[in-house]
Formats: sequence, C-alpha cells, structure tokens
Amino acid sequence: MKPRIGVFVCHCGLNIAATVEVSEVVKAIEHYPGVAHAQDYIYMCSDPGQELVRKAIREKKLTGLVMSNCSPSLHERTFRNLAASEGLNPYLVEVANIREYCSWPHQGDKETATKKALTIIKATIERVKRNQALVPLIVPLQKRVLVLGGGVAGMQTALDIANGGYPVTILEKEAYLGGRVRQLERTFLTMESAPDLANEMIDRTLKQPNIEVLTTSRIENLSGYVGNFEVQIRQQLPWVDPARCNGCEACVAACPAEVPSTFDRGLTTRKAVDWTPGERHGDRRIFLDHAACLRVTRQENCTACREACAEGAIDYPEDRLIDRTYGAIVVATGHDLYRKSALTEYAEDPDVLDALQFERLLSEDGPTGGKVLRPSDGKEPKEVVFVQCAGSRDPDKHFPYCSKVCCMYTCKEARRYREKVPDGQAYIFYIDIRSTGKGYEEFVKESVEKERLLYLKGKVSKIARKGDKLLVLGGDTITGLQVEVEADLVVLAMATVPNPGAKELARLLNINTDPYGFIQEAHPKLAPVETLTAGIYLAGTSQAPKDIPHAIYQAGGAASKILSLFSRKELVHEPLVARVDQEICAGCGYCRDNCAFQAVDVDPIRKKAMVNEALCEGCGACATACPSGAIQVKNLDSKQVFDMISIVTQDYSMQP
Amino acid sequence: MKIPYYPGCTLKTKAKDLEDSAIAAAKVLGVEMEELPQWNCCGTVYSLSTDDLIHQIGPIRNLIRAKEQGSDRLVTLCSMCYNTLKRANEFFLADEEKRDRINRYMDEEMDYAGDVTVVHLLEILRDEIGMDKVKAAVKKPLTGLKVSPYYGCMLLRPASIGIDDMERPTVMEDLLRALGAEVIDDPYKTECCGAYQTVNRKDVVVTCVHSILTSAQGNGAEVVALSCPLCDFNLDNRQKDIQQAYAGFHTMPVLYFTQLMAIAFDLDESVCRFELSSQDPRPLLKSKGLIA
Repeated sequence: MKPRIGVFVCHCGLNIAATVEVSEVVKAIEHYPGVAHAQDYIYMCSDPGQELVRKAIREKKLTGLVMSNCSPSLHERTFRNLAASEGLNPYLVEVANIREYCSWPHQGDKETATKKALTIIKATIERVKRNQALVPLIVPLQKRVLVLGGGVAGMQTALDIANGGYPVTILEKEAYLGGRVRQLERTFLTMESAPDLANEMIDRTLKQPNIEVLTTSRIENLSGYVGNFEVQIRQQLPWVDPARCNGCEACVAACPAEVPSTFDRGLTTRKAVDWTPGERHGDRRIFLDHAACLRVTRQENCTACREACAEGAIDYPEDRLIDRTYGAIVVATGHDLYRKSALTEYAEDPDVLDALQFERLLSEDGPTGGKVLRPSDGKEPKEVVFVQCAGSRDPDKHFPYCSKVCCMYTCKEARRYREKVPDGQAYIFYIDIRSTGKGYEEFVKESVEKERLLYLKGKVSKIARKGDKLLVLGGDTITGLQVEVEADLVVLAMATVPNPGAKELARLLNINTDPYGFIQEAHPKLAPVETLTAGIYLAGTSQAPKDIPHAIYQAGGAASKILSLFSRKELVHEPLVARVDQEICAGCGYCRDNCAFQAVDVDPIRKKAMVNEALCEGCGACATACPSGAIQVKNLDSKQVFDMISIVTQDYSMQP
Repeated sequence: MKIPYYPGCTLKTKAKDLEDSAIAAAKVLGVEMEELPQWNCCGTVYSLSTDDLIHQIGPIRNLIRAKEQGSDRLVTLCSMCYNTLKRANEFFLADEEKRDRINRYMDEEMDYAGDVTVVHLLEILRDEIGMDKVKAAVKKPLTGLKVSPYYGCMLLRPASIGIDDMERPTVMEDLLRALGAEVIDDPYKTECCGAYQTVNRKDVVVTCVHSILTSAQGNGAEVVALSCPLCDFNLDNRQKDIQQAYAGFHTMPVLYFTQLMAIAFDLDESVCRFELSSQDPRPLLKSKGLIA
C-alpha cells in the first residue's frame, strides 16, 4: 500500500511561526512523495488543533503522521493517543521537532530556519514511511514486595502494602525490628515513648499475616526487572532456636565473647549470645550475634553456649539461601550518625557522647536505667553542652547538607535532661534553629521557656578534658564574645549519614546514590519515592535525613505507588525495543557487552543474541555496536537512519 | 644532607636563639642548613586579596634564590615565613595567568615554575630523619622536664599547607618524647596567641596568652615549647603584662623546640642564647640538671 502521510505544522503561537515561514513549509511539503495531507495551525495541541488532525485522519485515510511542533517529550504521547483513538496505530506517529531544534536556536534568521524545518520534516517523513505498526508488550507482574530494612519506614511500607492485600517480605540485617526509633527514649512534639511507638508497630507487623519477617538477612543477588525481580536472600538462621529457648541465660553466662553493644552504642557490652536489646519490646528473645561469635570472628570451634544449654536450643546451622521473585522492592535501609572521631577538634572522651548515645542514657532500658549519669565516673552531670551541626553544614571539612532533625531532637534531649536533672543547666550551641514542621517551632519555644534552655548562636571550636570537667570553647555570634563552658557532659548532634553498606547495596540494585551515599530519588520534586530503576522505591532516611513523620509520609507514598502498580493485571512495556535478525547474527556478543540494562544475552547453544524485551529501553547502543547490523531498534532501524541522513545531507552530496 | 635555608628577619634579631640552636642541632643529625646568599622579606602576612600580585613577588623571589642554589627545596624555621612562602608558591601554582604576569613583571629574574617545595625543619625531622634517629642522638635526655608544645596557627593553617592535623597535631609531641621530655597535652596548643594585636591591642594578647599559659600550667607544664618567633614574643615577653593584669599569675619559661634539642644533644649552651629570653629558663633547666 502506498503511504498516505499527514504533515501537521504547528505555529506554537509565535514560538515557531515568528522564525519559520510556516505557510511556505506547508506549500513545499504538500507535494512531497508520500504526503497525502499538509496543514498548519496556530496551536496543534489545542482541542481545535487536535480536531483538525482527527478529521484529516478520517477523511484522507492517513497511514502515518508527522507532527511538526515542539519536542517529543511534550506532545508525542498526546498525538499518539489521538491516533490510537482514530484507529491509527500510535507507532506510526513521529514528531519533527522544529521548535527546540529549529525555531528557538535560529531566532532572527527566517531563511535558515525555514529551510532547516523543511529538512527535519522531510527526514521524519522518510522515517515514518518505514515505521511498523507495533503493539505494546505485556509483561507478567509478580504481586509480591520485598522491603529492605525493618525500621519504622520499612515496617510502615510493609503494613500499608500488606493491608492492601499483597504479600510482603521484610529483610532486616539485625536480629530484631525497630531500627533507630527503638534506640530513642522519647519522640519530639508529643514526648511519647519511642520504644512504645516502635513496639506497637513491631507488634502490628508481626501479627499481619501478609508480612513475612526475615531477620539477620540480607540481599545477596538481584536480577530481573519491574514485576519480576529475581532475588537471592542470605538468611543467617538463628543459632538459638526461639521455640526451645526458655530464657535461663545459662548460655549467656557461658559465652566467652564480650563485645561493645551496638544498640547501646558502646556504652555497655553484651555477650555474643544475649538478649535482644530493649526490655520493653514484645519480640524479646535470646539471640546469638554471628558477627561477635568466636566461631565467626576467630574461626574457633567454640561450643560453650551449646554445651551450657539444657534445652538443646542451640546449634550452628549454615546460612540459608532463598530464591524468590518479587514485583517491587523498597529500600528502607536507614541511617547512622557520622563518627565522632572525624571531628578532631573535639576530644575523644567518655563524656563526649553522640546524640544516640545520649538517647541511651535517657532510656529506661539503657545502661543507667534512665538516670542521666556520666559514663566516666557515674556522677550526675550538672552542666551539659549540646553541640548542633557537628559535621553538618560544614562543606570544607565534612558535609554541606543540613541533617534536618538535629535542631528538634537536641531541643527534646535538652528538655528531657532538664526534666531528669532539674538543677542542671543545658547549653545548646546552634547555627540556626530549623523548626520547620507543624508544631515544631512551638515545641522549641515552649521548651526554651519552660526548661530555661540556654541557646548560644555559634559553633564550638574545641572540646578538651580539663581535670574533672570538659572545657568547651565556642563563640556567641550575637554578643560577639567568645564563650568558655566547663561542662560535665557534651552531646554532639552528629551529622546524619547513610547506613554503612548503602553504596554496595545501591550497586547491587543498580540504583544511584548521591555523593554522600544517600539513595538518589528519581526526581527531587516529582518522583521522591521512586528510583530511576523501575520497580525500586524508597522510604525513610536511606534517601535523606528525615524525622519519623516524614519517614512515615514517604513510606505511605512508596506503598501507594506499589499498590497502584499492582492494581494492573499485567505490566505494559513500550514496544520500541531491539530486535535480532537471527539469520544474520553471529553471536559475537558485542551487543550484550554494550547493553546498560542487561537486556541482551547470547544463547550459549544457538550462538545467537536474544533480547529480553521487558528490560530493553530501546536506547540503540547494541545496534551501533553490532558489526553486521543484525540487531536493530524497532522503528529506528539502520535503513530509516540512512534515509534520514540522505535527506539531511542532500545539500552537501557530491555532484556526479 | 645539605639544604638551602631561609632565615627571615626575626631570626637575625630577636629570634637569634632559634636560628643558632636550630642550625647547631640540625647539624648533629646530618642536616646542613645553608643560608641563602641573598634573600629578602618573606612578605610577613600572606595577602588574601586575589589580585594583589605585588605581595606575592617578595616570597617568590626568595624561592627563585633557592632555585639559583640548584635546589628544589627550601627549609624555614620561622612559622610565619614558612606559611607565607609556602602559600605564595601555592597561589603561584594555582593560576597560570597570574603566574605569567608575575614572571613577566620580574623580567630580570629567571622564569619560575613553582617547583620549589618549602619545608619546615619539623617536617624534615619527622619525615626524613625520623624520630628514632633523633632519639639516638640524645646524650642528655630531658627526663622529668614537663613540656607543653604550642603550635599557634601558622604551621597548621590553612590545611593545604599545614604540616600536621590542624586540630590534633602531634609532630612536636613526638619530637619532645624522642628527646626524653614528659609531654603535657594542652587543649590551647592550637589556640591563637594574639599575633600582631601585640602592637596596638596588648590587652587582647594578654587575654589570649593568659589562657594558654594557665591552661598549660594547670596541666602541669613547666615550660612551653614552640617554633614561631611571634608566638614566642607574645608568650614570653608579654608575661610581664599578664602579671599586671592578672594577680597571682606565675611566670614560666618559653623555649624554641630547637633549644630543647640543643640541650638534649648536649651542645654548647652558647648556641641556645638563653639571654634573649624574657623569662629566664636557666634556673628551671639547672634544677633539672640539664645545664650546668
């Protein structure tokens, strides 16, 4: 059948028409071979404009459209949908971009612009002549979600998805759920108990039948794509069987390995086999920390705990590898605090704590039973200095970003300190108070007034041991004076950093991180819970520092994105993918080596390249690498490209 | 090892004690510091204006003098000279256009490419001689002498030219330990001495130095060791003023690290030029049996 192509030239108001002589373009193209209809209009994307296109498709029985207007990123979809509604295959519609590529850069040069517009349109006509009618690809969808991280963000995402009726697996690297919130004493604004909050959520998570929790587990391997991620999970099987353990602690007494407690951030020690931290938590049990056990750390064949156990609850099984398919993945791997030793101007001293250590000191299930006592000598500190922005907002030496939550939690911690030590004085050094949330500013104001917190606007330049005290040197930029405080205890609001291992995880998942290791969202405003890899979502502080409410918002956002993904029966994928001519392909594998999406592979037996259409993004890197032209991108094959090149180079071709 | 040496003005006048003891002590370790046959002012205070090229020319000329000696290194003793010369070279290297302008301006000089490395004697001791060798050269260990090192700012800041961690330097501590002294770590060792405020705002210097010295004394120090002649002036000479401002202040001797090296190496006392100190260190050193 002879092609009957419609060419529509848009004025875009004056955006195109002021530079390109639109009527001349139409006149010149009307009789071009294959063109059945040519027309211009002031706004082709407007309703009357679209109506003109519809009418032409119907009346002139068009077999293809060349929409000569703005960039395809703006209205390609609009006109393809229009074609589909008129029964014309949408993949027979192409955009000739005569705005961004022509009228805008050539303003004031009508002659050149008009000529160039014509060239672009003709080239596109040649392309459309060889376009095939394509149908979108249908990809099966596994409606099952993997959540990485069992903190509040991970649990909230899992709960929202599970409540929507889909099965969820939570992978948690620790032996218990709860994440950072479990380490805190209270939460700001309402001053409610943080362990209670975490506990309530843990309880709901464990009781939700759609949620499977795998603790001491991590992701080992990942392949596949949205809808069909093939995941290998490594689970350290518990060496203490919770079903048989009666909590007698005989193993704890027998264990020779004593290590600093990561939960108490080194303020206490624990045995390799010991209780899960946090007395108030519902999932409390004795567990054996592989990372601390002599069997792992020193490769010794220690069996002290197994011998001590009268119930036979202890054994040392190998790790279990689990292969699963998931439709979507959520990264909720959380954060850590920047290490104190990085700030060399502050002494490494037992009485210089980071904010999480201070939370442990405040906590009833902490090392001091909730009494504020100095780690060095167990005395009650009467002068406590809080240092905000320790490592944050310091582009020269540490991190340029604001850690966002420190202003609020420092205020909360200072307030709690004063409530517990009413005759104590709290000093807070700050750069600015950033209390930008609902009720946040009111909370700070109320705390300052009620607890007479002494805020000093300035940075602390030095912290040093001075006998029984800590000498704190700083500045007060409001009075312009230097400040010297002899403190009993110093609390550093260390910068929020991603959990260690975030970068490796990102590499494994093929997603991006920012320069500091936080997972990069797809778009800071319009896609804050997605990553650039379809099917992988984000929640909580793995993306950026944030407080509990914001982590919960993001968790809800990620869950709703996944629920909307799962509301479809199957996934639809653009058919503009690579295709291999099996007759020509020699199986050299250059295409595979050049594919950024792992979409091409070579069949080891037939020695032919094969395209996984669900993974292919149609970028064409394989087609340019192929020595024989066997692999081509649909609707942009080499014939089409050469046809377009001949049009563009017509003026330059050598005369015979 | 022979190395061209840039003294600077103060080492020929007020800080003769630093120069004489340094040259003598370095010689013991096989480092021959050969004074440049010709040199001019280092510039004293590094100019922070980016277009102030004329202030960079003085220090650059000194580096050319080192080049003329066939060396690509130049050693300094004064912290201020170290700072100014090193930063001028850094400035010179960073900007090709300015480099050209400076070279064209100094048309009577050979073209300079920024290839002279400025080093401080402490760096040579740490990185090339090594503290073990220093220790081996000690004949009269400073046993029982409680010394608090004081760095000031010029050896450590900015970080790009600092000889050690700007917040927690240890080079002087390591040296003093090698000499057998008991090192007192003092939090004020990198705090400001007041610098040139000593000219017209003596009160500022008195406040700064009072904090530094009382902190060192509080930690048990008997003597302060330093490397900068300006710090030395403020910490040593200004003690008279501190006494007037703060009743009950006890004076203490302040020595260059090189003087302590000379004592530990058992060199002739005359190289230490103790008579230049405002707070005479001799009674203390005698009581410890370190000098006769």
